[in-house]
Amino acid sequence: MEEKIVFCKGGGCTAKLGAGILSRVLEKLPKGPEDPNLLIGYDSKDDAAVYKVADDLAIVQTLDFFPPMVEDPYTFGKIAATNALSDIYAMGGTVKTALNIVCFPEKMDLNILGEIMRGGSEKVIEAGGTLAGGHSIADSDVKYGLSVTGTVHPDKIYSNNQGQAGDVLILTKKLGVGIVCTANRVQEASKEAMNAAIQSMTTLNKYAAEVCRDFTIHACTDVTGFSFLGHLHEMMDGRHSCIVYVDQVPVISEALDYADEFLLTAAGQRNRNHTGPFVQFEDISFAMQEVLFDPQTSGGLLIAVSKEEGELLLKRLKEIGLPASIVGEILEPSDIEIRVIHK
Amino acid sequence: MIQVNAMGDACPIPVVKTKNAIKEMNGAGVVETLVDNEIAVQNLTKMANQKGYGVKSEKLGENEYKVTMTIGDAAVEEIEAEEPVVCAVPAKGKNVVVVISTAQMGSGNDELGTTLMKGFIYALGQQEVLPKTILFYIGGATIPCEGSVSLEDLKSMEAQGVEILTCGTCLNFYGLSEKLAVGSVTNMYVIAEKMTQADLIVKP
Repeated sequence: MEEKIVFCKGGGCTAKLGAGILSRVLEKLPKGPEDPNLLIGYDSKDDAAVYKVADDLAIVQTLDFFPPMVEDPYTFGKIAATNALSDIYAMGGTVKTALNIVCFPEKMDLNILGEIMRGGSEKVIEAGGTLAGGHSIADSDVKYGLSVTGTVHPDKIYSNNQGQAGDVLILTKKLGVGIVCTANRVQEASKEAMNAAIQSMTTLNKYAAEVCRDFTIHACTDVTGFSFLGHLHEMMDGRHSCIVYVDQVPVISEALDYADEFLLTAAGQRNRNHTGPFVQFEDISFAMQEVLFDPQTSGGLLIAVSKEEGELLLKRLKEIGLPASIVGEILEPSDIEIRVIHK
Repeated sequence: MIQVNAMGDACPIPVVKTKNAIKEMNGAGVVETLVDNEIAVQNLTKMANQKGYGVKSEKLGENEYKVTMTIGDAAVEEIEAEEPVVCAVPAKGKNVVVVISTAQMGSGNDELGTTLMKGFIYALGQQEVLPKTILFYIGGATIPCEGSVSLEDLKSMEAQGVEILTCGTCLNFYGLSEKLAVGSVTNMYVIAEKMTQADLIVKP
């Protein structure tokens, strides 16, 4: 299977368009009449669309697909599916059905496609969902993902921007998977680092979300292509500021070494350009800054919850084996939106 | 001097190729890297700044940029000797700060003033020696934002190392915080500091 050599060209969420240019396009789209049942659409910057179909039922819809970021097709399928399913969990929803989205070169070995879809389908089953169909087209490069439909009670939707001053911020996965995959692409990542990244990227946010149900979550989002700071910026939504305790942020430690070797993505720099103006780093190393701007494929949940509930939520997340940590705190609005400090 | 062709390469390949060239040089020298996008220029510049190399960049054409890194003392002299003819770089030695506080250049007629300001910013970017910093505030704060006719000129100056700063209070006031399209947001401390430390303030 010599095609495998060109299989991975640097994908995952590093292949995402920048938030800046994207919002410029979206702003100009014609808007039809407003539908009051569309609870969350894309004029909000939330993770998925939510549409109310009954007083006690809303559907959550999301779609994610991208090029491979690892060499092994089966692993790629698992990562792409885990990433796509994640948006449902970030909204507080339950996964119901999924549709495959496939771009695949006609001349490539079909066994590779089989492996990708096997990985994806396993994750849909683990999520408790049903694979209901899909669409595939011939394309020059491989891309794979899912369109996922879930359900949520309209009163129990996790918005991404309703955090309150005084809330603690909890992150449920380690950062740095983008940099590790980039280093791996130029054969500079250690096996251990790559395994840690794959382990993280194939962990469903389902388990974190299930723990969250016992708590009053003020805001929740999943950390993906726009980086930890980018998603945190969206969570502040111009109405709050926050402080990040950098020493509490869980990181795949090798990512810092690779950042010091400048094995950085274009998407990471785009994130810095877009979100950097809102961030003040106080004596933070270059490598750590890069990790905080690193686009995450299938990253963890970023949760805002009251300080009182935060400690117990953290304990429960740790009990199920997640590298979760309280990484910061929401404050009243201030000139500097995000301050990153050593505690 | 070593030339690295990283046209068509996605990040981090331009950085990896440049690092290899520097390693190969095994000492002082100059490495020129050609890339096809501005983000790669920024990632290369980031590396040079962290490593303490001299760095400058220029836009050669549509989708073509050259980043020149100088490693070690000997190389710095060599590049400085040819500097005036090569291209405009941020003024060495002289700290020139341009302050733009109105959307128009001068007063009398707004339409003419707007045209003049566009012309001024274009001409500024064509100078042999570029300013170190451009500050935008109050009426000037709209100029680095989306829809401005001067964006291309400002982006080109930024790619060549000119620092472009816009007053955050002003952007908030006009509701333009999300529309800033070039440079970064700043505050009054930085504005005051840039102005007091300037050798020359240019105010059109």
